[in-house]
Amino acid sequence: MIADIQQLEKAALAELENARAEDSILAVRTKYLGRKGLLTGLLRNISQVPIDEKPLFGKRCNEVKEILETKIDEALQLQTQGEKEESLAREKIDVTLPGRGIRSGRIHPVIQIRREICDIFASFGFSVVEGPEVELDYYNFEALNIPKDHPARDMQDTFYIEDNIVLRTHTSPVQVRIMEKVKPPVRILCPGRVYRPDSDVSHTPMFHQIEGLLVDKGVSFADLKGILTAFLKKVFGDDTTLRFRPSFFPFTEPSAEVDIRCVICQGKGCRVCGQSGWLEILGSGMVDPAVFQNVGYDAEVYSGFAFGLGLERIAMLKYGITDIRLLFENDIRFLKQF
Amino acid sequence: MLVSLKWLKDYIDLELTAPQLADRLTMTGLEVDEIKTIAHKFSGVVVAKILSVRKHPGAEKLSLCDVTDGSQTYPVVCGAKNIKAGDVVPLAKIGAVIPGGYTIKATVLRGEKSDGMLCSEAELEIGDDTSGIMQLPTGLTLGTPLESALNLGDTVLDVSITPNRSDCLSMIGMAREVAALTGKKIKMPVIKIKESTEDISSLSSVSIVDADLCPRYSARMIKNVKIGDSPVWMKTRLEAAGLRAINNVVDVTNFVMLEMGQPLHAFDFRFLAEGRIVVRKSKVGEEFISLDEKSRILPENTLLICDGKKPVAIGGIMGGLNSEVKEDTDTIFLESAYFSPSSIRRSSRRLAMPTDAAFRFERGIDPEGVIRALNRAAQLIAELSGGSICKNQLDEYPQKITAVANIPLRLDRICEMIGTPIAAKDVVRILKSLGMTVRQEGKGKYLVTPPTFRVDIEREIDLIEEVVRLYGYDRVPTTLPAVSVTEMAVIPRLDLEERIRQLLIGSGYSEIINYSFTSPASVGYLCLPSDDERRNFVVIKNPLTEEQAVMRTTMAYGLLETLKKNINNASSNLKIFEMGRIFLARKSGDLPEEKNILAGLLTGKVSEDLWGSKVNVDFYDLKGCLENIFYDLKLDDCRYCAEISEQFLHPGQSCGLYFNETRIGYLGQVHPEVMQKMDIKTTAYLFEINIDILEKQINRRITYREISKFPAVTRDVAFVIPFSMEAKKMLEIVLSQREDLLENVVIFDIYVGKGLNEGVKSLGVRFSYRAINRTLTDTEINSIHDKIVRNTVQLTGAKIRA
Repeated sequence: MIADIQQLEKAALAELENARAEDSILAVRTKYLGRKGLLTGLLRNISQVPIDEKPLFGKRCNEVKEILETKIDEALQLQTQGEKEESLAREKIDVTLPGRGIRSGRIHPVIQIRREICDIFASFGFSVVEGPEVELDYYNFEALNIPKDHPARDMQDTFYIEDNIVLRTHTSPVQVRIMEKVKPPVRILCPGRVYRPDSDVSHTPMFHQIEGLLVDKGVSFADLKGILTAFLKKVFGDDTTLRFRPSFFPFTEPSAEVDIRCVICQGKGCRVCGQSGWLEILGSGMVDPAVFQNVGYDAEVYSGFAFGLGLERIAMLKYGITDIRLLFENDIRFLKQF
Repeated sequence: MLVSLKWLKDYIDLELTAPQLADRLTMTGLEVDEIKTIAHKFSGVVVAKILSVRKHPGAEKLSLCDVTDGSQTYPVVCGAKNIKAGDVVPLAKIGAVIPGGYTIKATVLRGEKSDGMLCSEAELEIGDDTSGIMQLPTGLTLGTPLESALNLGDTVLDVSITPNRSDCLSMIGMAREVAALTGKKIKMPVIKIKESTEDISSLSSVSIVDADLCPRYSARMIKNVKIGDSPVWMKTRLEAAGLRAINNVVDVTNFVMLEMGQPLHAFDFRFLAEGRIVVRKSKVGEEFISLDEKSRILPENTLLICDGKKPVAIGGIMGGLNSEVKEDTDTIFLESAYFSPSSIRRSSRRLAMPTDAAFRFERGIDPEGVIRALNRAAQLIAELSGGSICKNQLDEYPQKITAVANIPLRLDRICEMIGTPIAAKDVVRILKSLGMTVRQEGKGKYLVTPPTFRVDIEREIDLIEEVVRLYGYDRVPTTLPAVSVTEMAVIPRLDLEERIRQLLIGSGYSEIINYSFTSPASVGYLCLPSDDERRNFVVIKNPLTEEQAVMRTTMAYGLLETLKKNINNASSNLKIFEMGRIFLARKSGDLPEEKNILAGLLTGKVSEDLWGSKVNVDFYDLKGCLENIFYDLKLDDCRYCAEISEQFLHPGQSCGLYFNETRIGYLGQVHPEVMQKMDIKTTAYLFEINIDILEKQINRRITYREISKFPAVTRDVAFVIPFSMEAKKMLEIVLSQREDLLENVVIFDIYVGKGLNEGVKSLGVRFSYRAINRTLTDTEINSIHDKIVRNTVQLTGAKIRA
């Protein structure tokens, strides 16, 4: 009888070996371990086993049963895993195809620069203010110490609407409008569109400026240098070399142009800097007492400085754009690069 | 201002190299734009002397010359007529290269040997004279290379002179500035006048009628002049300064203007009627032909220089053709005057005659330099043209030109302004180096009188600028201002714009910037009605082009033009927006109304990917984008009113945008006819929103509402309603029943077609019910829901679809 068990075990294992699909494995289980299965049948016939063999027979039967159960479970497990894998393989996609959904748009490069500069000056405590783009001659010129019939008007060609109304040629008139309304201390920044009749690779009839003004007691030219140095190093990097050189603006005195070491050639001289090694970045100066007088500030008590810069120029330098007109063509292939 | 270094060295010793000088000037406020080198354009040309000239035996027009360079004699065949034995001339020897790249070779001309070429000014590009062989001064050493004999070649600085520095619009002015920088002394030209016995006052007179425009007028007379070419030194100097040589009288007036900054004018005395000068303003309609041979009707009150009968010059701007110096001129009437700067500027602008003279007069010349320049020019004219200077000068000076004197200057004010201590001795030294008189008036107090040529210095601040300019901006330290804490009013709209910008970028829109000016035709393309306020243009008087002739009154046209340009570049999927202003004219004399507008345009495919969605965008894509903005801004009551749209939008796919009764803009498909008129072959969707108004709608207060912990129950109903009935209307009717437990109502389906009659649609509406404090029972919900549905049916006439 013991031999029967051994034979049965061998046969069952062999059959299990051949069973691949889930149902044939289950069939092996039914055949041997089921209620009417062969092993179950053997156990049922234990009464016919000689009495001295009975303990061994029972033990063997249980051993075989355990072995078969384990093997069948293993087989079943293997089988489902394989099928799962197969089914996952069928769901494979091409991950290199482009993703779906909305691509972000881009902020205009000039506006990006504007934001960067406004943020820097916000950290110095400057607030953003605004003024009209169509402006009175008084604010654009006269209040800024540029009388009619004065050669300083040549510095800025002008679009006229009426004899006394112009498209503002700079953002400086906003200084005057603010100072007329607010008592010192004043710390303002005015970004905006300005207009001059000029059109070539480095001029467009409309462009953007940012004007800054700081008025308080005891503000000095050294403070002007300090603030503008800190600002330009934030925009162009800490290792930027800059120079302040005397210039003339009717509404500031002393006046200074601020140059940075050419970012293209590092000062060796190139086409962009006109071989000079320097790039003009902004105009600045101590507010002229005549301007203070026009807005009713006492120049003996207060002093201050103002500065202005063109945003297109900064954008062109930062991004290596050689034709300013590209900034207003609005070609989406251009805009998508920023 | 072109500054020849060679010329500059006539007035000052210069040890700096050109780049060093350029740097020093730039760093003290006279920006050097460019350093130019002027080189001679030939080689191998020497000073030579003609020993003999004889006729060429075989050619009527040629001569045979023997020419020596001092060591050797050469046979040269020459075609010019102005040569004779003894002339000193330029000889291009064999192997010489002359302008144009010609190399001189030994040759035989009609049987006669020629071992070189005699040259004219034009052939060597030294001057314009083509009339014959160039005649050189006889004192030159034979055999010397011509360029060194004539001292050709120069370095020229192109200096940009700011409008305040009229004193630097001359070589002597530049020399003075260089002297202040280097501490060198300036050498003024020595003026020596040899006068004849004949007194100018016996021949001529000057009377000034309008002294306010011409405070000073002086003149000299030079008789028996011989008009001819100027010498090479004069020509090369004028040329280096960018002027053309004309003749030995006109050249002198230009030369002295460049040298001293005083514009001068030479009249041919024989054309001055009654031999006298009257200075007066023009009358209405007076006509005048100036030296440029243009006839102009002069604006009233233009200052005229007249003779006894007629105008002979526009004062300070340009002389007249009727009194021009000609080849046969014999007597020169030489003018040197001071004109009112603002009057010259006004006239030169109105006449569009920005001449070199006007440029200097309008910036202000040295009132004390008038006579010096007059004498300098008289001397040079006499020297170059062989004339004799009449005794004395005419000098009408009816109105004293007051110079500023004794400007108070405080040392502590300088230091405060600059932000660093500067020693008193440095201040005094700097001011004195600029030619100022400094008088101390107590401790740290001075009275400063600037030289008369520094017309820009009137106030203490002007002196402070001069001090810091020469002290050196780079020596001023950098400090940060002491902070006084203040609060400036912020502009809330700017934050809103920044927020909207971020949302639009996130929705795939890119920002563009169009010009604020546009074509007046824009409103025509947009079919705006004749009474539309957007036809009230702010018109530019002097536009660059017709396309930029007026300020825009809508952003729509610019967006459409941008669309067109991009389509031409094969970019057909476009999501763009712009933030900027529009301008609506008010009555004359008033500034226009400026409105801040957000505008956007959408066209092409929903998604950029080609393998997935190929769906075209439509109205709802654009609307969804706006709704997203309003959602973010917590503005949930925007109304979309199809009845009030725009002429340039598709009547069936557009609407006005309202908050309560306030219109903030529009959105919709661009009318196909507008697209056709603008020749844009696609479908596009457009919106404009007034940000000023939008900003006022925003409520920044947020109040938390409790969230229910209990489940919601939904009920779906399909209402069949007329096709024309708006979904919004249905929802309003449902919501108007104000049932507390009705948490939310949404449209989840729209159906038209099979199973429905013509002219109706089925609107699937999902009702959600929820209570804050309990789970709702079926019976409770049913009773509320049935009531709402019943009322809705009653109020709208809808049918329930099974």
